[in-house]
Amino acid sequence: MKKRKERIDRGIKARSSDIFALLSWREMLYLAAPRLLPVIVCLLLPLLLGPYWQKVLLSVAVVALLAISWDILAQTGMVSLGQALFFGVGAYCSGAMNHYWGLSPVLTIPIASLLGGLICTLILLPVLRLRGIYFSMVTLIIPLILVRIVEATKIFGGTEGLSGMTPLPSTWFELYLSMAVLLAVLFGFRRMMDSDYGLVLKGINDNDRSVINAGINIYWFKAQSLFIAGAIGAFCGAFMTHVYMFVGMPVFALDYSILPIAAAVVGGPGTLAGATLGAFILVPMSEALRGFGGLRIVLYGVFLVVFIVALPEGIFHYIQRKYHQIERWVEVDK
Amino acid sequence: MLVGTTIYALINTAILALMAIGFNLTFGISGVANFAYGAFYVFAAYGIWGMLNLLHIPYLLAVLIAVLANLILGALIYRFVLLRVRGQALSEVIATFGIGLAILELFSYFGWVGFEYTLPVFMDRSFIIAGTYVDFQRLAILGFSAVLIACLWWFTHHTSIGLAFRGIAQDERTALTFGIDSDRIAMLSVSFGAGIAALAALFIIPLGSIAPGEGYDVLIKALAVCIIGGLGSTGGVIAASFIVGFAERFTDTYIGSHWTMIVSLAAILLVLTIKPSGLFGKQKELEERI
Repeated sequence: MKKRKERIDRGIKARSSDIFALLSWREMLYLAAPRLLPVIVCLLLPLLLGPYWQKVLLSVAVVALLAISWDILAQTGMVSLGQALFFGVGAYCSGAMNHYWGLSPVLTIPIASLLGGLICTLILLPVLRLRGIYFSMVTLIIPLILVRIVEATKIFGGTEGLSGMTPLPSTWFELYLSMAVLLAVLFGFRRMMDSDYGLVLKGINDNDRSVINAGINIYWFKAQSLFIAGAIGAFCGAFMTHVYMFVGMPVFALDYSILPIAAAVVGGPGTLAGATLGAFILVPMSEALRGFGGLRIVLYGVFLVVFIVALPEGIFHYIQRKYHQIERWVEVDK
Repeated sequence: MLVGTTIYALINTAILALMAIGFNLTFGISGVANFAYGAFYVFAAYGIWGMLNLLHIPYLLAVLIAVLANLILGALIYRFVLLRVRGQALSEVIATFGIGLAILELFSYFGWVGFEYTLPVFMDRSFIIAGTYVDFQRLAILGFSAVLIACLWWFTHHTSIGLAFRGIAQDERTALTFGIDSDRIAMLSVSFGAGIAALAALFIIPLGSIAPGEGYDVLIKALAVCIIGGLGSTGGVIAASFIVGFAERFTDTYIGSHWTMIVSLAAILLVLTIKPSGLFGKQKELEERI
């Protein structure tokens, strides 16, 4: 007797999908819980953790933001293998402004975010027409080439880098700034991707030629998406420059490209929330495995392969399905 | 100096071509992404080193075992990983890159880095050609890569398996209607590519030493040659190796060693931007840009 798995929406999902959700607390909680949970976690975690794990939380936020930026690009049909480009450009922008002109972090971080996004968009503008794997290869190569250029021309301190940046006021400021930006970016851009504007972006990923057919200039939209993703990535770079009080060649390291992709793949691409969840799982895990030293990256590689092959939808989609639907085995009719 | 630079540029060309051929067979000719290629190269190098120095197996037997091990490893990776994500180009790239990352980082965790980690040269002699010292190993590389390219051309143009390799890249469904089992052919292509990586390591490693970082370098160089030359063309490999090989050596001599890598990376960027299918590529235009 053959069986198949049947998935049905839970009753509460059907009931709470329209205005009648307001009739009962239980249904309102069902709707609100998934949205409140990340907010509460993000606001409470800094209070509960010790100084060491607070630093880890900072890198969680940065990886989550980079993963969100990767996800926005991926949803527009541009899969980047070089988030380090965005991170590095932002880091060097704020670093240079702070080091040479002595601007305070209050100015450098926002300016570097916008300027970094703009520079990244301009760098990638010539390859906007490339599709799929060709675009990915270009993004993989650009950070590598920028590192060598910094090394060869000795601009911005060359191999030494620039140090002695103005630090941010306090650890609490760092923590809550990163958490606030993470929440704003997560909810804001989730909303954007659900709007008509986001629909155009997703359409470019699904079938770019039919979006052109609809009379929409896809290059303009792709450039906007690049700017958004670039600005988020550049913010991470600018922020970390002031946290570490240093900017140098490591900002273009492969880590900043691999980690966000791993987070997005493990968490589940296409939702932004999945990317955040992935960062909250992977980064602390990698800290816990610090004792293994170099083996951490081995584990990353293995994780990436296992998730791509065995659970390509990612953890978030899996949880979402369990939350909204019941599954049962039914017999297949003849 | 000019003559010497030219001779070494020629040898550099041969080294690049040798590094790229296996990758070209897998990715360029049959369109299966294998970004674990650099890891295969390093894996074979450490394998031969281990068998020679730890197990004291005779040289030829060690080489044979290493090549066979690579062939099998390639086939296994296709069967258990790539097969499941076949057709989704980016999943293929991420999955194979993940495997490569895991293998390379495992070796760097063992910390086998240093001058003692190298393979023996074939013959410890050097010759003077036009006033320049050239050792036998470099000449061997020159000869071997010429032979290997000729074999590759013959293989992909005059054998049924080789034609099938090109067939699945051009149109997989049409290839199926001609009775080509695309999964079997793709598995062979990954496996052969890995085998050639072992041979490349055997010839090139004696010039330096084995290091996990070498894996990333080999991958980038192979990628550069494949992209510049164009996917799906054997002549492209030769032309691209000449372009990158000469450009690297001449920048190294006349501008500075810092700029060597920049030149090859810039060449890839330029080609990707202007003609993504490469100088000699004959792929479908709409699939790469719009």
